[in-house]
Amino acid sequence: MKITRRRFILSTAVAGGGVLFAYSATRPSKHRRANQELAAEGEHYVTSFIKLEADNRVTIYVPHSEMGQGIHTSLSMMAADEMDADWELVNIEQAPATDMFANGELIKGFASEYGVPDFLKGLVSFSAIKVAEVMNLQITGGSSSVRYTGETGMRIAGAAAREMLIDCAAARWSVPAAECTTELSHVHHNASGRSLSYGELAADAAQLEPPAEPVLKDPSQFNIMGKAISRNDIPAKVDGTAPYGLDAHSDDMLYAAIRFAPVFGTKLVSVDASAALQRPGVVRVVELEDSVAVVANNYWRAKEALKLVESEFESSAYDTVNSAEEWASFDRNLANDDGSEDFESGDTETAMAEAADTIEAGYRVPYLAHAAMEPMNCTVHFRNDGKVDLWTSTQDALGIKGRVASIGDVDIDNVNFHHCYLGGGFGRRLPFNWNVIDHATLIAREFDVPVKTVLSREDDMQQDYYRPAVANNFKAAFDANNNVTAWHSRFTGPIQVPGAAHIPYNIPNQSIRVVDVETHVPIAAWRSVDHSQQTFFIESFIDEIAHRSGKNPYQMRMDLLANHPRHQRVLEVAADAAGYGENLPIGHALGIAVQESFGSIVAEIAEVSMSEDNRPIVHKVTCAIDCGRAINPDTVESQVESGIIFGLTAAMYGEITIENGRVAQGNFPDYEMVRMATSPEIDVRIVESGEALGGLGEPATPPIAAAVTNAVYILTGQRVRELPIKNHDFSVATPVAQA
Amino acid sequence: MPRFTVNGVEHDLDIEPDMPLLWALRDELGMTGTKFGCGIAACGACTVHVNGNAIRSCVTPVSAVEGQEVTTIEGLATAVAGTNTSSTGPDLSAVQQAWIDHQVPQCGYCQSGMIMAVSSLLAQNPNPTDAEIDANITNVCRCGSYPRVRRAIRALATA
Repeated sequence: MKITRRRFILSTAVAGGGVLFAYSATRPSKHRRANQELAAEGEHYVTSFIKLEADNRVTIYVPHSEMGQGIHTSLSMMAADEMDADWELVNIEQAPATDMFANGELIKGFASEYGVPDFLKGLVSFSAIKVAEVMNLQITGGSSSVRYTGETGMRIAGAAAREMLIDCAAARWSVPAAECTTELSHVHHNASGRSLSYGELAADAAQLEPPAEPVLKDPSQFNIMGKAISRNDIPAKVDGTAPYGLDAHSDDMLYAAIRFAPVFGTKLVSVDASAALQRPGVVRVVELEDSVAVVANNYWRAKEALKLVESEFESSAYDTVNSAEEWASFDRNLANDDGSEDFESGDTETAMAEAADTIEAGYRVPYLAHAAMEPMNCTVHFRNDGKVDLWTSTQDALGIKGRVASIGDVDIDNVNFHHCYLGGGFGRRLPFNWNVIDHATLIAREFDVPVKTVLSREDDMQQDYYRPAVANNFKAAFDANNNVTAWHSRFTGPIQVPGAAHIPYNIPNQSIRVVDVETHVPIAAWRSVDHSQQTFFIESFIDEIAHRSGKNPYQMRMDLLANHPRHQRVLEVAADAAGYGENLPIGHALGIAVQESFGSIVAEIAEVSMSEDNRPIVHKVTCAIDCGRAINPDTVESQVESGIIFGLTAAMYGEITIENGRVAQGNFPDYEMVRMATSPEIDVRIVESGEALGGLGEPATPPIAAAVTNAVYILTGQRVRELPIKNHDFSVATPVAQA
Repeated sequence: MPRFTVNGVEHDLDIEPDMPLLWALRDELGMTGTKFGCGIAACGACTVHVNGNAIRSCVTPVSAVEGQEVTTIEGLATAVAGTNTSSTGPDLSAVQQAWIDHQVPQCGYCQSGMIMAVSSLLAQNPNPTDAEIDANITNVCRCGSYPRVRRAIRALATA
């Protein structure tokens, strides 16, 4: 497969299960196809992202899923600004799930030229890559949409559209294009006082070949980017009309409740459904390889009847696996195997041998479920005419469509995907986490009406693809002047995001190695992926180093970050805003953490006190983020608030444990969440460095755990080396004097 | 055969009396604005009003609302405006408008329940303290819209 590189805008790879390539919006064949396939009478696609109508209305097609991150609005802002469109005339649409809007289209060509990029290896659960499986993706993840689709797709599409419209106006007026200007969806020729609306030029523009390299605006020319613009998805989310996957509905719809093999990877042996079949509304009991489902004319009826189904699942070697034993095996692996290199510099062994002092610590974090508010679900309708209708909340519309076609044994072109909002994604709704999709397809195949398969909250929590449990052992060395000279890290893998265990600190000798461990628990990307575990480990242990060497944790970080001015800047901004070093209320302490992930650098400072019953209370989190520039500053703030609270829930309460091979937790009482009463005040400071755009969906999540536990250490003298915090007893506390 | 009104419309459903109101609304009436989150009254996504009071519909059997007035997110604006407005009713209640003004929702899935819970609280206590907000609004929002929920409530309280 040969691709013509100049036709495409290629971006570089990042890890995290996200989009890495934005296809060029200006590829002529796509532009022509859009006109053939999507445009109605009188409508013209100027680029495949942008439709311009004769009445001057603009529709911008966004090829990413809206899951609350405001991506439909942010990406449209980027295209509209470059186009100089009048925002009042802009309509935002979800791009259809067709390969014209695939962001994996280039993978085929890219993979054949350069090999499979790292991010895809993470995406396919570390198994062998099948390139064919990843070609037709339309992924939203990896905090990548604005950085890649936005910067290398939407902006270029908008700029190309603007240049084409100018060319058309200049031709009509027989004036040089350079004499024309654009503003609010009009082209002006100031010398002659003439103007044309974009709509009046649309038909002409649709005949032009898009420019190969349209010129982008300088940030000083932005009219829309950088402004706090109200999100277009919010009105429907306050009046109950926003359609989520779970809201697919028809009068003849059937509903499936499903019981999965409780131990991952085991199969169904036998079923007695006689009692269930007597229940009102029950239509059928469907047996699948690893599960049994009751199909009824109402979800509650299906769920009630499922309770009466007697089922037996095969026994397996995993039936006796418990979290305690798994941790012990992780520890044994770390003790017996020096793993494989992740990062090495200097000579750590010699530095350790010559050290005036050393420090060691072992850290652990558990499996976590995604627990999106909308339980996993999928509605499939195998129609009598051979077509398939599909509704589901997904981070990859095109991939899901292909999966249903493959499992349902139909041609992908016969699958009609109905876009839905996502009631949370966080990585759960990425491709290859297919269990719900596969089961829903196999169940629905037995009917000719729509069948909605819904996981109960318990199913959702117990049949997830989890954030990996990780153990990490550290050692550090000090010289006679209390300077840290060596950093030694050994952690359990697999690595999902290369580089997450690396440190920005200027320590001359570093040895960072990963030891892969075995588990039968399915794992996948969870908001911020490896950064959520590694930032807790690194930012806790660096804090231990500061306290051991009698240094102030803020000042020591600043000193060791001399080569990272952006890190220093966010630390400084956060510290100033949080009043670091000033008098705090009695019994309060500030904990710090800083980390770069997905191209953004984030410092968080948590103000914490201990309650009368010795539990930590997080009063306030001050966050400074350098994401290059803010496209929609209000969205930046809300994503930071969201990331912090998501990470705080994990730090305080989050824990999925394994008992007898299965997940012990089932619902919110035993997988508790931060709520209004436990949600801190959050102060977000955006640092506009003007550097390359960074991601926003994930980078605020990693630092919060260590920020809180670093404060808890000052308050109690207890170093939290295992999450969640709720498992710790702080009744014996010895506050620490801080340097 | 439970009979109750939903957003002013009387329904006489041929369903089991122990069916939770949530599933009667969603699967029998096709009113999908009310969401399923946990099924055990632990998250509040399914919050609706019964005679103006917030309840969790996933654990409320339809027999318990016999003869009563149920309001869902779809009917909130009209219900808040009272019966003397025009037949079409207002588009949004003050709480819903504040949710737009403060850009509260992210994924938005929990917000039907959140808005119903807050509307009920403010109807009974127009100027709640932070402690009263914390005690009454126990809904789970996985996206962490809590700071904005509080900001919107504060703005409504001082309005």
